[in-house]
Amino acid sequence: MSPFLDAMHRVPDLLAQHLLLAMAALALGLAISLPLIVWSARSPALARVTLGFASLVQTIPSLALLALFFPLLLWLSALVGGGIPALGFLPSLLALTLYAILPILRNGVTGLAQLDPAVIEAADGVGMTSWQKLRLVEAPLVAPVLMAGIRTAAVLTIGAATLSTTVGQPSLGDMIFAGLQTQNWALVLAGCVSAAALALAVDALLGLVERGIATRKRKQAWIALAVLAIGVLAATAPLWPRQSHTITIGAKNFSEQYVLARLIGHRLERAGYHVRYREGLGSAVVFGALAGDQIDLYVDYAGTIWTNEMRRSDIRPRARMVAAIGDWAQREHGVTLLGPLGFENAYAFAMRQQDAKRRGIASLSDLVPASPDLKLGADLEFLDRPEWAAIRRAYPLRFASAHPYAPTFMYQALKSGDADVISAFSSDGRIATDHLTVLSDPRHAIPSYDAILLLAPGHAHDAKLAALLRPLVNHIPVEAMREANYMVDRDTNKATPDQAADWLAKRIGLGSE
Amino acid sequence: MPAPPPSSLAVTLDSVTRCYGAETAVDDVSLEIAGGIFVALVGSSGSGKSTLLKTVNRLIAPDAGTVRIDGADVAREPPHRLRRRIGYVFQNVGLFPHMTVGENVAIGLRLEGRKPGERIGELLDLVDLPRDFASRMPDELSGGQRQRVGVARALALEPGLMLMDEPFGALDPVTRDQLGRRVRELHDRLGLTTIMVTHDMAEALLLADRVLVMAKGRIVTDATPAELLAGKGGAEADALVAVPREQAHRLAELERRA
Repeated sequence: MSPFLDAMHRVPDLLAQHLLLAMAALALGLAISLPLIVWSARSPALARVTLGFASLVQTIPSLALLALFFPLLLWLSALVGGGIPALGFLPSLLALTLYAILPILRNGVTGLAQLDPAVIEAADGVGMTSWQKLRLVEAPLVAPVLMAGIRTAAVLTIGAATLSTTVGQPSLGDMIFAGLQTQNWALVLAGCVSAAALALAVDALLGLVERGIATRKRKQAWIALAVLAIGVLAATAPLWPRQSHTITIGAKNFSEQYVLARLIGHRLERAGYHVRYREGLGSAVVFGALAGDQIDLYVDYAGTIWTNEMRRSDIRPRARMVAAIGDWAQREHGVTLLGPLGFENAYAFAMRQQDAKRRGIASLSDLVPASPDLKLGADLEFLDRPEWAAIRRAYPLRFASAHPYAPTFMYQALKSGDADVISAFSSDGRIATDHLTVLSDPRHAIPSYDAILLLAPGHAHDAKLAALLRPLVNHIPVEAMREANYMVDRDTNKATPDQAADWLAKRIGLGSE
Repeated sequence: MPAPPPSSLAVTLDSVTRCYGAETAVDDVSLEIAGGIFVALVGSSGSGKSTLLKTVNRLIAPDAGTVRIDGADVAREPPHRLRRRIGYVFQNVGLFPHMTVGENVAIGLRLEGRKPGERIGELLDLVDLPRDFASRMPDELSGGQRQRVGVARALALEPGLMLMDEPFGALDPVTRDQLGRRVRELHDRLGLTTIMVTHDMAEALLLADRVLVMAKGRIVTDATPAELLAGKGGAEADALVAVPREQAHRLAELERRA
C-alpha cells in the first residue's frame, strides 16, 4: 500500500475528534457571541469593548493561546481544589472558542449597525417590543451577514484545531505533528488534506444554510443544517462505547517516543486492549497528563523528571537516581515507575567529527574556550531547560549564537554549518551515521537520562497491565534503539514508527512470532 | 363641522419641549387637536415638525411637557401598546424587506396574535392595490406602490389616529396627488384623526382642515386653509402660501394664452 493510503487509515478516528472539537468550539462561540451582539447593538460602548477584546485575542498566535490555557487551568484547578483538566479537550475548546468569537461578533455587530434605519423606525412605529423587533426584523435581516461570520469562524476553528495536539487533544494535527517530526511527508499530507477537506465540507454546508436564509428557502437551510448535525453525531460515534480496556499511550514529539509508544501499543493490542495514542505532547505537560490519569502510560527520561518535576540539580548515579524518582513519583503523584527500559537518551553535545578534531575538542571543558567562535543549535526546549542552566554553571560556555530547531532540523543545521555544536540525544541514530563526535562531561553536569516507563495512578494496582509491560524493562539496548530511531529519521527509505516498532520488537526478542 | 366619528382620537400637547444638545427642536409647544380632523404641520426643514409629530407616538420622548391622547398621558403606557393604537407612515416607508407585501400589511395583526384572514385583501383594496400583490416582495414594487403598502400597514389595526411624516415626499407628482387624495378619503371614511407633516404648503392647503406652521420649534400659525388663503395667517404663513398661489396664477395665465 502507498504510504499516503497507509496514513489515511488514521484519519477517521482523528477526523471525528477534530470535527467534534471544532463544532463544540463553534457552538460555544455562538452561544457567547449572540447575546453579546444583541447587547452591543444596544450599547455602542460595549460594542467597542467586546470587538476590541475579540480583535486582541485574534492577534495572539493560536499556538500560544492554547499553551496559555494550560497554566491558567492548572491555576484555576488548584484554586477550586482540583478537578479541572488542564490538558486535552477543555483547554482546546476554550482557546478555539475565543478564536471563533471575533468573526461572529464582528459580522453580527456591523450587520446590525448597517440595517436600514427606516426598517428599524417602521418596526418601532408598528409597535414591536424590543424582543419582537429582534426576532421578526433584526435577526432575519442580519442572518445572512451573521452566517458569513459563522462560516469564517468554522474554517478558522477547524484550521486551528490541528494545534490542539500540542495540549494533548487528539486531532488531525496528530498526523501533521508526528509526520513533521519523523519527516513522514505522507502523514503530514494526509493530515493536511483531511483538515482542509473537513473545512471545505463544513464551509460548503454552512454556505448552503446561508444561501437558504438569504433566498428565503428555509427547507434548503434546514437540510444543510441537518446534514451537518448528522455529521457531528456520526463523529461522536467512536466515543459512545467506552471500551473498558482502552489504554491511552502518551508520547512526546520525537521519533523515539513515537516508536516506543507503538512498541508498547502493539504489545497491548495483541493482549486485547484497545489502544489510543496521544502524541506530540510537550515535556512540560506530559507528566501532568499522566498524573491526572489523562494518559495511562508513557516513557520519560530520568533526568527530565529529576530536573523538571523534582527540581533537583544534584547528580546521582544512574541506579540511585531511578530509584529516587520512583519513590518520589509514587509518593507525590501516585505514579508507578515500572522500571528503566535499559538505554539512556541523554543530552549529548555533538560536533562534526573533523571540526572537533581540528579544534582539538573532546570534552565540554575543551569547548569552553572555543565557544565564542561557535554557533549552538538546540532542540526547541533545551535552552529553557534547567539542564542547560546546570551545564553552564559547570562549564561557562558563551556561544556566538544559540538557535532552537525542531530535532530533525537541528541535525541538518549541524550538517549544513548553520550550527557547530548541537544538543543531540545519545540514543539518536544520526550520531553514528552523521559521523558526529559526542563531547564528554568530565564535571558530571548532565544528569543521566535512563528511559523509564511510567504508569498513571489509575493503573497503580493493575497487575495485568504491569505483567504485560514488565518484559520491556531493561530489555532495550541503546544500539537497538538507535537503529530503530534511525529507520524513522533517515532521509531515504524511511520507516513509519509502526514499522520501526515492529522491527525493534523482533530485534529485542519480543516480536509477535 | 359634523361631530367627530366615535373612533377618532383627540390629541393634546402641553408645553412640549425637546432639545438636541444646545439645539431646541421643539420649544414649549401647547396644542389641542380635536378628534376627527386632518391637521397639516408645515415648515421648512429643521423647524421641528417631525420631532413634534414623533412625540405623539413616543418615537421621541419630550424633555419636558406631556402629550395626551383622549386625555391619557402617552408616557403612562408601554410604548409598543401606544403605537399599536396609532398608524404611522413616513417618507422612507420602511417596509420589511424579508416579508411579503401581505406579511408587511398584516404585521400589526401578527404582533397582536390575530389571524389576518380576509383583512390583508381588504387593506390592499383600501389603498387601491390588487389583492394578488400580497405575495410580492417589497423590492418588486414602485415607490408609490410601496407607500400604499405603508399606508395599508398603518391602517391594519384600525387606529383612531394617523401620524404621517412627509408621507409623499419621495413620490412623483402624479402619484403624490393620487395618494394624497386617497389618504384624505380614507381619513373621512374611516373616521381618523390625522396629523401630517409636510413642507409642501399646497399639499397642506388641499388636504387639511387645519394648517399649523412651525418655525424654530414653535407654532407660528394655526389656521384653516381658507383663512390662510385670505391672508390671515401672518407673515411666515403668507410667504409659504404665496409660492403655490403664484404658481397657480402663472399656470392659469399660460392656460388663458394657449
